Amino acid sequence: MTDVIIIENGRHERNYWRDIWRYRELFYVLAWRDVAVRYKQTIIGAAWAVIRPFLTMLVFTVIFSRIAKLPSDGVTPYPLMVYVGTLPWTFFSTGLTDAANSMIGNSNLISKIYFPRLIVPIAAVVVAFADFLIAFALLIGMMFWYRFAPSWHVLFFPVFVAAGIAATIGPSLWITALNVKYRDFRIIVPFIVQLGLYVSPVGFSSSIVPEKWRLLYSLNPVVGVIDGFRWSLLGSDSQIYLPGMAVSFAVIIAFMWFGVRQFRATEKSFADLI
Amino acid sequence: MTAVITVENLSKRYLLGHRASNHSPDASLRDAIIRTARNAMRKTSDVVKGREVIQGDEIEEFWALKDINFEVKEGEVLGLVGRNGAGKSTLLKVLSRITEPTKGRVTLRGRVASLLEVGTGFHPELSGRENVFLNGAILGMSRVDIRKKFDEIVAFSEVEKFLDTPVKRYSSGMYVRLAFAVAAHMEPEILIVDEVLAVGDAAFQAKCMGKMSSVASENRTVLFVSHNMGAIKTLTTRSLLLQGGTITADADSETVIEKYLLTALDARAKALKAKSLESFRRGRHYDNSPASIMEINIVSASEDPDTLPEIELGSDFTIEICLDVERPILNGDLCVVLMNAQGERVTSLVASDKVSGLSLRPGEKVVKLSVKDLFLAPGRYFADVSLDPMIDGNSCDAVFDYPLLTVVNKGQVTHALNRPWGSVYCKDAKWSVSEAVENIAAVGT
Repeated sequence: MTDVIIIENGRHERNYWRDIWRYRELFYVLAWRDVAVRYKQTIIGAAWAVIRPFLTMLVFTVIFSRIAKLPSDGVTPYPLMVYVGTLPWTFFSTGLTDAANSMIGNSNLISKIYFPRLIVPIAAVVVAFADFLIAFALLIGMMFWYRFAPSWHVLFFPVFVAAGIAATIGPSLWITALNVKYRDFRIIVPFIVQLGLYVSPVGFSSSIVPEKWRLLYSLNPVVGVIDGFRWSLLGSDSQIYLPGMAVSFAVIIAFMWFGVRQFRATEKSFADLI
Repeated sequence: MTAVITVENLSKRYLLGHRASNHSPDASLRDAIIRTARNAMRKTSDVVKGREVIQGDEIEEFWALKDINFEVKEGEVLGLVGRNGAGKSTLLKVLSRITEPTKGRVTLRGRVASLLEVGTGFHPELSGRENVFLNGAILGMSRVDIRKKFDEIVAFSEVEKFLDTPVKRYSSGMYVRLAFAVAAHMEPEILIVDEVLAVGDAAFQAKCMGKMSSVASENRTVLFVSHNMGAIKTLTTRSLLLQGGTITADADSETVIEKYLLTALDARAKALKAKSLESFRRGRHYDNSPASIMEINIVSASEDPDTLPEIELGSDFTIEICLDVERPILNGDLCVVLMNAQGERVTSLVASDKVSGLSLRPGEKVVKLSVKDLFLAPGRYFADVSLDPMIDGNSCDAVFDYPLLTVVNKGQVTHALNRPWGSVYCKDAKWSVSEAVENIAAVGT
């Protein structure tokens, strides 16, 4: 049986998702290439994946705990609480930044070969996830250091990791598509990342946000992810705010749907625009 | 036989932005402000409507392809020829699904692999071995396939010793050999190839040609673009000629090549008027090249750009090549290949045959090549001229299918003028008749 491919203007690929499955090897290879290349010709290599969140934790602990005297969640050591917040945030911001630039970085591929373009930004997110895993190893070390055992909540941890991945992929796809068309986003993305660090509960606990604002605050999808990380890893002392969590999850799903849609709508003109 | 590729009414439009001149004497600050404001408004409305943003003051539509129709049958090898900017690359990009057509429709029956460039996606930091897998995956091969063919690929590329070295340390020849080796081992049903044989040294090019003809004989459908008329002639039976985005000839390759070479005459007249040989270069640009070819002439020919220099049958001639040298060349080489109007090579003349490498200091230089005792038959002749910064290196500039001269018979030959001449004229052939003595003797006894 031979496949018949019809090329026409505006025609949506009927076999789009099957095509993605067929090109999965390219996806592995691109992700593997970026992981392999990421720390080449650096002195300390993959240690960078740990150093960035670690330094953020140090600075935030000093600023928010020592200087601003903000409370931690119950008895949780403040550095531990900040580090657990830094992990998903670093993943989100690295993923978003790398994905946004991934099309332009791979323009030689885009203009010379066909494959479902969705592979490129998602591979960039996978690379950020590899960094996340390395940084996560340090968290385990820190939990031993503070003699902190997670409760049964840890069973839900994979759910929040999945939410974190979805929260990163959705906006990333949207911004990637926009960045190909309007290069303004190359300037906007670092700005979003910089602001987001303060808008998201990375350096503090979201429980200090006044009750009446919390639902609104949860519109930031990263809030749900960070709260979920803290709740599942740090145990009963960090309370989960369910309506907020529901709002965050809804926003994550909406972004995901919107991101994929926008991406697919513009994907075919990438080679002409890049 | 069924049509494997069907193209119907295919068109592709690009929007180009032009910049109005800021240097005209009456351009005032006010004009500049008005223009900037107008552009900003236009861009904003483009963004609101979700269109692309185009830099420039005026926007022009450009149809890179206009109403293209053709079919390729299963197992057919189709050539695609045309000058720079005729739309060949755009057509290949549409067929390989890299870019979307504006109008029309393409139907492909079978697995397509396109090879628009060798070494797409090669990563300089990764080793040769890693790049084979990377490039293979990019070209749509599975890991199992690549592993199966790995030894073959490596043997073909002749870089066994350097497999674990990052490719950024490779010479450009090694790089290209490895890249082509991967590409040569794909096994799609439809193969789309653009100009990839134009890489590497002569020996490797011959090897690539061999590989390509074996692909062509395996009953696979191939769409093949080249500026190398010899390659088109050996690999394909039928060809298309593209001119300004439309197909102007669809016939057997020999006819198409002749037509294509005739278009070179117009291009030459334009090039001489514009003082630029750009339309004779290949699609890829020679960026950062130490020297470029500016003009190719026949000494003592008339200056009229519309007529080809004429030389008389049986006389010697001198080719003059003007070069603009930006950085010194120490051990360079110039190569002139002469072709007849059917695209057949007549001879090739290499500077390093006579001199031990050309050395050129920066500035405008004129290189003269006087050709003696080569007697071309009447007809038009074309030249490929390439300049190499090193002997046996890759060229830093090259001009292809440049109409060089016409050889005319001004009474040197008076008999049998309608015979097929071939490519060379023998100036001094003597006929003699003698009695077949032995035979007579044999009969006599």
